[in-house]
Amino acid sequence: MPATTGSRTRPAGPPGLRNLTHHTLFWPVVALVALLVANTIFSPDFLSVSILDGHLFGAPIDILRNSAPLLLVSLGMTLVIATRGIDLSVGAVVAIAGALSLSFIATAPDPGSVSTVIIAIAIALGLCLVLGIWNGFLVSVVGIQPIIATLILMTAGRGVAMLITEGQITTVTSAPFKTLGAGFWLGLPAAALIAYGVYLIVALITRRSALGMLVEAVGINPSASRLAGVRARTIVWTVFALSGLFSGLAGLILASNVMAADANNAGLFIELDAILAVVIGGTSLQGGKFSLSGTLVGVLIITTLTLTVTIVGISPLVTPLFKALVVIAVTLLQSPRVRDKLAARARQRAARPEEVAA
Amino acid sequence: MATTTPQHTVEGSGPGAPRPGGSGPARIARRLRIDRRYLPVVGTFVVLALILAIGGVRYDNFLSVGVLANLFINNSFLIVLAVGMTFVILTGGIDLSVGAVLALSAVSAAYLIDAGVPVAVVLPAVVLIGSIIGLLIGLMVHVFEVQPFIATLAGMFFARGLCFVIAPESIPITDETFVAIAGWDTWIAGQWRMTTSVIVALVVIGIAFYLLHFTQFGRTVYAIGGSEQSARLMGLPVARTKVLVYVISGTCAGLGGLLFAMYSRSGYSLTGVAMELDAIAAVVIGGTLLTGGTGFVLGSVLGVLVLGLIQTIITYEGTLSSWWTKIFIGVLLLVFVVLQRVLSLRKT
Repeated sequence: MPATTGSRTRPAGPPGLRNLTHHTLFWPVVALVALLVANTIFSPDFLSVSILDGHLFGAPIDILRNSAPLLLVSLGMTLVIATRGIDLSVGAVVAIAGALSLSFIATAPDPGSVSTVIIAIAIALGLCLVLGIWNGFLVSVVGIQPIIATLILMTAGRGVAMLITEGQITTVTSAPFKTLGAGFWLGLPAAALIAYGVYLIVALITRRSALGMLVEAVGINPSASRLAGVRARTIVWTVFALSGLFSGLAGLILASNVMAADANNAGLFIELDAILAVVIGGTSLQGGKFSLSGTLVGVLIITTLTLTVTIVGISPLVTPLFKALVVIAVTLLQSPRVRDKLAARARQRAARPEEVAA
Repeated sequence: MATTTPQHTVEGSGPGAPRPGGSGPARIARRLRIDRRYLPVVGTFVVLALILAIGGVRYDNFLSVGVLANLFINNSFLIVLAVGMTFVILTGGIDLSVGAVLALSAVSAAYLIDAGVPVAVVLPAVVLIGSIIGLLIGLMVHVFEVQPFIATLAGMFFARGLCFVIAPESIPITDETFVAIAGWDTWIAGQWRMTTSVIVALVVIGIAFYLLHFTQFGRTVYAIGGSEQSARLMGLPVARTKVLVYVISGTCAGLGGLLFAMYSRSGYSLTGVAMELDAIAAVVIGGTLLTGGTGFVLGSVLGVLVLGLIQTIITYEGTLSSWWTKIFIGVLLLVFVVLQRVLSLRKT
């Protein structure tokens, strides 16, 4: 790729480098690398990974594991945002998934058996899929704006989760369920394997088939794409359903991490983190284009930032402040006005050697 | 939208006989000569009356002046937030930062008073904090063309983080002057109890009503919500107005924080979590469209009262747990949004 672009020489500047800095992911990746470098300076063995009891350990592995729930939620969010929608209800769905699965396991005769856990997971994921379908129904069939349609579930959803747990924080002990969030498969955290596996599948399906393009078409102009033969309604409905399903999976991982269903705090603000990750990754809230790799970078930035704050020893309560600074920096750098200014300056610099040559 | 409303205004106020035909609420409205624009607000009012009636039938002492007066006292800060939010939503934006700004203002008030700063300085200062954050958000939205959702999200994170930097723990307010202001009340007609915060809330409603309906600024707000591009082509000061609505919302949030500090006599970093959702819900239930351009401040006030009444009913019921509040609010939101959708479909 760099070789081919390099051969198409233009009069000014190294084009390979310019393409790199103009890439939408350039600034987000710079932010991520800067975070990692800062961490390594602060604690030199930050990037080292060791093997303990046959499992991989270390900060990078922690980042992978901690990012799993957010990655799942952001994945659904990216697709929803690409169709010009937004899903505010993901946090409530996360809470419902955790509440339902843990309440089921707690009341089951044998909480430790694999079959109980599988049924619990199936029930929780089934309900979350239904909730996603409900959102999709409101948006695509009734025609309510996505932000309002999902606000309804966002408000009511936590109430439903409280209803399921009857206001208690249900704690259970179930070894098979615990594997989901805290276990290891093939030396890697199970949660990370699940999340990144789902991510790869979605990336393959959307980018290796026309589906991704159809999603973007709906986001650019729903009625035009419908007239062009794209089933806009079905696509919008599907992305909301998927967002519900993925949030449910994230909720299961989070619940299994703490093995306690806290209807009030499970997945609190995860919708904001997810939207943030998507926007940092360069997907516009106006819809019409999406970048799954951008979302991945966004998720890693947010997870690394949270971990950094903890490692440096600042109270985790202050984390929102750093998030705000990252959002402001990245969104300002991506804003059209700043981009135009930067581009104008680059053009000036590029124009000068040409004059000298002539 | 912008083209159909004037016709209806003429129709509603003209001397001609009401036209036959039409269906459902629209027909009733025409018979009662209610402008179509007021339909959602009338709907909110009907719901409010309905809840009052249900409460009155089910419980003794429910339909008393005291309950209504307490409704205003307990929700004064939310009224102020919802009024500010109405301005932003009318322009087609959204402000997610108000809950966090409210907390920041309350925490700063408690912190400054605790540090010995005179109350006369603290009161305007903490309101100003809200204005400044609103201004920064407005500039981000307008100058750098960041979407309102993201800009106010950043504002929310910023304010919430700052709260914890200032004071991780709850600070009680014991200053005599402040407590005296917070505890002051008067009885209207010997029955209706009004506290300082209720009077502040009423003044805010009055100012907002005047601004929106009797000034050029207010008309520009509606124009931007109808169509920003048309407003710009008409030569209206779009840039200034768009920044100003966020300043207003931020100021209201700062004031709301002050009222909350008076209400709770303390400043705590975790107050007002998800309060922006209550404010948005109140505005939507009050009949303001989130696409902008349609809605009224008084509708938002009615929306807050509806939310407050639901809470009151659940307290009266006793057996119902607090989480039913959230579920009821969600159901009510759904009903209102679907009704609005049906109404707007009829129109086209």
